[in-house]
Amino acid sequence: MTAPLPPATIARDRIVTPVRRRPGRWTVGNTVKFVILTAFAAFFLLPVFLMLITGLKPFADVSLARMWELPSGIYLDNFQAALAALGPNLMNSIMLAVPAAIISSALGSMNGYILSKWKFRGSDIIFTAFLFGMFIPYQSILIPLVQFMQTINLVGGIPGLILVHVVYGIPITTLIFRNYYATLPNEVVESGRIDGAGFFGIYRHIALPLSIPGFAVVLIWQFTNVWNEFLFAIVLTRPATWPVTVALNNLAGSQIVEWNVQMAGALLAALPTLIVYIVLGRFFLRGLMAGALKG
Amino acid sequence: MRGLHALRRHWVPVAMLTPSVILIGIFVYGFIAWSLRVSASEWRGLLPDYTWAGLDNFVNLLSDRRFQIDMRNTVVFTTFFVVGAVLVGLVLAILLDRHVPGESIFRSIFLFPLAISLIVTGVAWRWLMNPGSGERVSGLNLLFDNLGLDSLINAWHTTDPPWGSAFVALPAVWQMSGFTMALFLGGLRAIPEELKEAARVDGASEFQVYRHVIMPLLRPALLSALIILGHLSLKVFDLIVALSGKDIRLDVPAIYMWTTTFDANNFARGAAIGIFLLLSVALLVVPYLVWSLRRETEL
Repeated sequence: MTAPLPPATIARDRIVTPVRRRPGRWTVGNTVKFVILTAFAAFFLLPVFLMLITGLKPFADVSLARMWELPSGIYLDNFQAALAALGPNLMNSIMLAVPAAIISSALGSMNGYILSKWKFRGSDIIFTAFLFGMFIPYQSILIPLVQFMQTINLVGGIPGLILVHVVYGIPITTLIFRNYYATLPNEVVESGRIDGAGFFGIYRHIALPLSIPGFAVVLIWQFTNVWNEFLFAIVLTRPATWPVTVALNNLAGSQIVEWNVQMAGALLAALPTLIVYIVLGRFFLRGLMAGALKG
Repeated sequence: MRGLHALRRHWVPVAMLTPSVILIGIFVYGFIAWSLRVSASEWRGLLPDYTWAGLDNFVNLLSDRRFQIDMRNTVVFTTFFVVGAVLVGLVLAILLDRHVPGESIFRSIFLFPLAISLIVTGVAWRWLMNPGSGERVSGLNLLFDNLGLDSLINAWHTTDPPWGSAFVALPAVWQMSGFTMALFLGGLRAIPEELKEAARVDGASEFQVYRHVIMPLLRPALLSALIILGHLSLKVFDLIVALSGKDIRLDVPAIYMWTTTFDANNFARGAAIGIFLLLSVALLVVPYLVWSLRRETEL
């Protein structure tokens, strides 16, 4: 059986790949647009540019007054110092974000499958109740969360933080998979049923093989979100288990660590999600647009 | 018989959904209820004290000087952030819409800040917006100085309240404009070419086509942008912490909640601020959720 490309996916891809891909022509209007866009691009790249040139300077050349000067060569002093300070925390972030993303996508896939292909009375209300969880300010649940996590002895370590990210990730992962499975024609599920497959059979042999792109979107989205998260991490971890965002914030607040090391550290902390974005940006964008509730 | 059949058909999916329902039930709704209880208590210390206090904590907040400053900062930040991100996103989307050379590279550049942490953004902009002068002048002020644009040199987020919060919106706009651009670009690309062509045939100028054909059709995208950005700005926390430590001049409710709860052990007031934030976000998001789901069933 060949998988038809779900129509909603095509519509969403329009943001990424225009339907008719004409190469841009150098008309007068386009040249003006190009110049304005280049100015905007410079603004967007400025912080990264600054982090990069600062990071690549030798310690001797670092000074606030010469912040904007290009490095005289490629030196890794700053990155080494930042890595010495943040290395264990980068490791913590990996141990946190990878399992959280995997568990989240497994759970989201099952929920999405149920809420799109096995609807029952009240399932739409459950879905809406899930969605609201995506928007709540976490300050409104923070005190009970800490109390609860203390009660079940999951404060201070990474497993507790994984649990929290998986739970608060349920709304968005369910939403992405539900929208994804909704694009599979019901006949596909029906035909599976006629062939004698049940709930799990249809999931394993029909839904799952067709949802690889869905998994890519959710894995990337959750990895990025969990990696970048800060609030849960400061309440639920201790210095030894701090993920990189907490450690970086601590570095930035310290009077001892120089600004150049902070900048190099910021770039190190951003690198994993940036690489994921550069390599798999298409899937990242789909996760992003799903959060706006309309593809 | 039908009921039995439905039961047999549905018990497996219901059972498989149950763990998530329980988790969301506890971690979202149970915790909100418990926060409500704490917000109506006298818990001000390391040990919980659930003496009933009614709405006292909320009433006290309204006359709390710091909370008033926070509200004012939130209004200033929200205004500059939402207007800024919508305008920049809209301009970028319109510029990119009609096959400009290098379109995909530009799009990637405008979207990449979304992939990085607000903490990273805060740390980088802390040095770009460094207000130091004399020997310590650096960042954008130094750049302006070098370019002869001295009139642009300013104190950035250390400007006197409430306008310091307007400068916090700058890194926030930097980070989120790609999102509004993508929303608007999606909206623009969904408009059939024939519709614009028809308007042009009727003698509409390119500006009129935008004003009367395209803009009205972008309204759903605009609404999404306003809701998402608006609720994000009510929740803003990480960015300000990383940008300024917990500078009281840039204080917002989310940071106040944090310090009063975990630094000052005033759990009752912390819970009240949390519930206040929840209600403001709910006012914005619940109608939107209803609208989105209704729209979905209509399609």
